[in-house]
Amino acid sequence: MPAPHQDVLARRAEIVRQLSRIVPAGVIDSEAGMRPYESDGLTAYRQLPLVVVLPETRDQVQRILAYCHQEKIRVVPRGAGTSLSGGALPLEDGVLLSMAKFNRVLEIDYDNRCAVVQPGVTNLAISHAVDAEGFYYAPDPSSQIACTIGGNVAENAGGVHCLKYGLTTNNLLGLEVVLITGEVIRLGGKHLDSEGYDLLGLMTGSEGLLGVVTEICVRILRKPETARAVLLGFQTSRAGGETVAAIIADGIIPGGMEMMDRPAIRAAEDFVHADYPLDVEALLIVELDGPAAEVDYLLEKVEHIARDHGADYVRVSRSEDERQLFWAGRKAAFPAVGRISPDYYCMDGTIPRRRLPDVLAGMQEMSEHYQLGLANVFHAGDGNLHPLILYDTNKPGDLDKAEAFGADILKLCVEVGGVLTGEHGVGVEKRDLMPEMFNETDLAQQGAVKCAFDPDNLLNPGKMLPELARCGELRGMHVRGGKLPFPDIPRF
Amino acid sequence: MTETLKPDNAAQLREAILWAVDSATPLELMGAGSKRRLGKPVQAEMRLSTAGLDGILFYEPEELVLSARAGTSLAVIEQALAEKRQMLAFEPPDYGALLGAAPGQASLGGVIAANLSGSRRFRAGAARDHLLGFQAVNGRGELIKSGGRVMKNVSGYDLCKLMAGSYGTLAALSELTVKVLPVPEVTAALVIDDISPDDAVRAMNLAAGSAADIGGACWLPEAVAERAALGRPAGEGGPALVIRLEGFAPSVASRLQSLAALLGAAGPARTLKDEAARALWAEINHVTLLSAGPGRVLWCLSLPPASGAEVAGALAALPDHELMLDQAGGLIWLSLPEGGNDQAETVRAALAPCGGHAALIAAPASLRSTVPVFHPQPQPLRALSRRVKESFDPHRILNPGRMYGGV
Ligand SMILES: Cc1cc2nc3c(=O)[nH]c(=O)nc-3n(C[C@H](O)[C@H](O)[C@H](O)COP(=O)(O)OP(=O)(O)OC[C@H]3O[C@@H](n4cnc5c(N)ncnc54)[C@H](O)[C@@H]3O)c2cc1C
Repeated sequence: MPAPHQDVLARRAEIVRQLSRIVPAGVIDSEAGMRPYESDGLTAYRQLPLVVVLPETRDQVQRILAYCHQEKIRVVPRGAGTSLSGGALPLEDGVLLSMAKFNRVLEIDYDNRCAVVQPGVTNLAISHAVDAEGFYYAPDPSSQIACTIGGNVAENAGGVHCLKYGLTTNNLLGLEVVLITGEVIRLGGKHLDSEGYDLLGLMTGSEGLLGVVTEICVRILRKPETARAVLLGFQTSRAGGETVAAIIADGIIPGGMEMMDRPAIRAAEDFVHADYPLDVEALLIVELDGPAAEVDYLLEKVEHIARDHGADYVRVSRSEDERQLFWAGRKAAFPAVGRISPDYYCMDGTIPRRRLPDVLAGMQEMSEHYQLGLANVFHAGDGNLHPLILYDTNKPGDLDKAEAFGADILKLCVEVGGVLTGEHGVGVEKRDLMPEMFNETDLAQQGAVKCAFDPDNLLNPGKMLPELARCGELRGMHVRGGKLPFPDIPRF
Repeated sequence: MTETLKPDNAAQLREAILWAVDSATPLELMGAGSKRRLGKPVQAEMRLSTAGLDGILFYEPEELVLSARAGTSLAVIEQALAEKRQMLAFEPPDYGALLGAAPGQASLGGVIAANLSGSRRFRAGAARDHLLGFQAVNGRGELIKSGGRVMKNVSGYDLCKLMAGSYGTLAALSELTVKVLPVPEVTAALVIDDISPDDAVRAMNLAAGSAADIGGACWLPEAVAERAALGRPAGEGGPALVIRLEGFAPSVASRLQSLAALLGAAGPARTLKDEAARALWAEINHVTLLSAGPGRVLWCLSLPPASGAEVAGALAALPDHELMLDQAGGLIWLSLPEGGNDQAETVRAALAPCGGHAALIAAPASLRSTVPVFHPQPQPLRALSRRVKESFDPHRILNPGRMYGGV
């Protein structure tokens, strides 16, 4: 992480006093009080913040940021702290800005099919708020009961229905953002597409580095008339992967398509008792949604395709309860793995789907090399892998091995044409792997965008981007004087 | 005459931009040039066309992904996709006719740079939602990339979103990777004739918020409906509401039924099937139903869909207007006689009560250089947009002023 500013540490008492003026009952500065904020979902990293502040109004956020901007104090925004990439990891010299008190649903507009909410509202609470009218908010991260929509925007969170319904970025209409200067911008609204640059799209997934989101307008959708899921068991992951490809090649875009490998199936089954088959190497959950006529028609097609590709276990959900049970196992896969291993490290790479067998084989070799167990859950529809590396913090060297193992997996993902993260973000965790994907120029461009928003690098520094060039240095890099004749370029 | 540079590859594209930086020569960037008349006219001494960067790089139907050089003709791409029964689900419209160019000329880079999307936008997303990755040369002459070739594509800032709709003011695109989707097995359109804009917007809201999963909804006033392939006798039927359903045959059949029942109160419904439905939708999507050409201008307004009727009502006060509501009420196309800044203000004022933005899509250059083509932005957003421009193109050599002054 960036070296702490000693002068800021020295001014701590004064900073606490100033923040208390802005948010009289919302500043925590005792060690015990700050302890719960010392890490997020990536618990291997811990750091107490300088101070925690919990504003309740946009005006307070504006004043906090303006103050920090003026005093050159770093700020780390935080939602529910479930980030798995260390995105909300505090800084020793940074104010931890918790958005937890921004927890109101402000408006539900069924005619325009949208809801305006504050960033601290949980993902699931949005769906709950519109449930009675038969609507829902589509992106459904497994952490949806806890994670906030503000955190979802910052991480561009996904879920198990992304192939058909998109990620967070495809389900937002508007944002209100406070810049580090304390200025407020409004992007989008209840209408589609922006009038200028798509800064709404840029903000989404920006991991708290560009601004603090204070209000969000999300799209809500009518719940499908019917949804049914089918469990498909295979003796090889290759057969499972080929089935996924064949389903898509047949023109079917299922609502959800998830795959688990043998260790993940067993862990989930022991935990949730979803009645998963235990004698298969790969289990696919395919969900079809829409009118009953469509669901029945497609289920039959999918079953057919699966059998043609070697499925030896096929079970269609016969009731809503059974469908929910199929998903309960998958959605509890992380905690389930947590029960069979003292610790686990959840990775989040994305690969072109057809490379799945190669990547699984590669990971198996790594698992043997590092002598660490591995369980795999996979958003098969969109190529997003979540390998869970099993380790034990109490065993000396285990954590280091797990991290090296994880880095090797992500490098493999990039090597086969994928990317470092599907939905958990880069954060602290994958920051130093960014050069695996991007060269210096690519990263300098990313840094230049950061400069357009936050030239002093005060918002969530040390996350996502490796060392930044100083903002002033980005101009006029290539001016070389003399003219270039470009003799080879055709002209007309 | 202004010279046009036409590089054959990314290295030459870089060379050209580096030269422009060195010699402080602003460039007018274009693909095939089919949308040159969209946006503010650019004052540039030199044109730079990416039309020479041609060819599909890879297409993997089972991965739902296609990658091509920016200058590749959209028609070529759509042909390749059609062979595998796939498509660009954002339905890139062809504004060739509107903009006084030949139709069928667009390049992939141009469509993405203008973020053009069709009638399915509200359901399937815009061009910006389908751009997975790109390579481009920024205004520093650097080759940059972002995104990837997988559905969950982003590590770092999502620069794809910035590229889509930036009209070549940030970087010259050289390669694009897009998400593709299966072509629906069948297409049908439900038509309700003789329906007022208020009833139509109510019906569109109801339909779009239902489980019928509609893939288009459009209201045509009588004069416009007369020109459309609605399959009805001339002079009969009045204003029309059309709703598109797409998908597998049993699904569309079932949804047609439930939708007709849901909208029963709005009037008797009839159905257009397959070719008839597709032909009608081509007219809607490519905006060929409104008067365009010499003496007329065309505005496009994006607004909260439920306000469609109210805004259309306000615009109806403009003399000699023609309009239509697309995207379930969230988009209004408006054709007017040529007017100046007063007209722009009136059009934009109609959006004040509900929010949204209006762009002047087709107009003579003289008008486009005096009237704000894109919806003016308030501070501090305007200043931020300028800083974003600067972060890609600090010397302001790429399409300067095409979107806004300073951008
Ligand atoms: C068991 C488990 C399962 C998970 N499953 C999934 C899954 O299926 N899909 C998925 O995508 N993710 C998943 N996650 C990861 C995590 O839940 C998401 O990344 C989530 O979006 C984080 O939200 P949060 O409110 O906890 O944000 P935090 O962890 O508090 O913060 C995340 C980032 O957002 C920034 N941030 C938060 N609020 C704001 C704001 N208002 N303005 C600006 N920046 C802000 C922070 O600075 C930080 O960089 C899972 C996590 C766990 C623990």
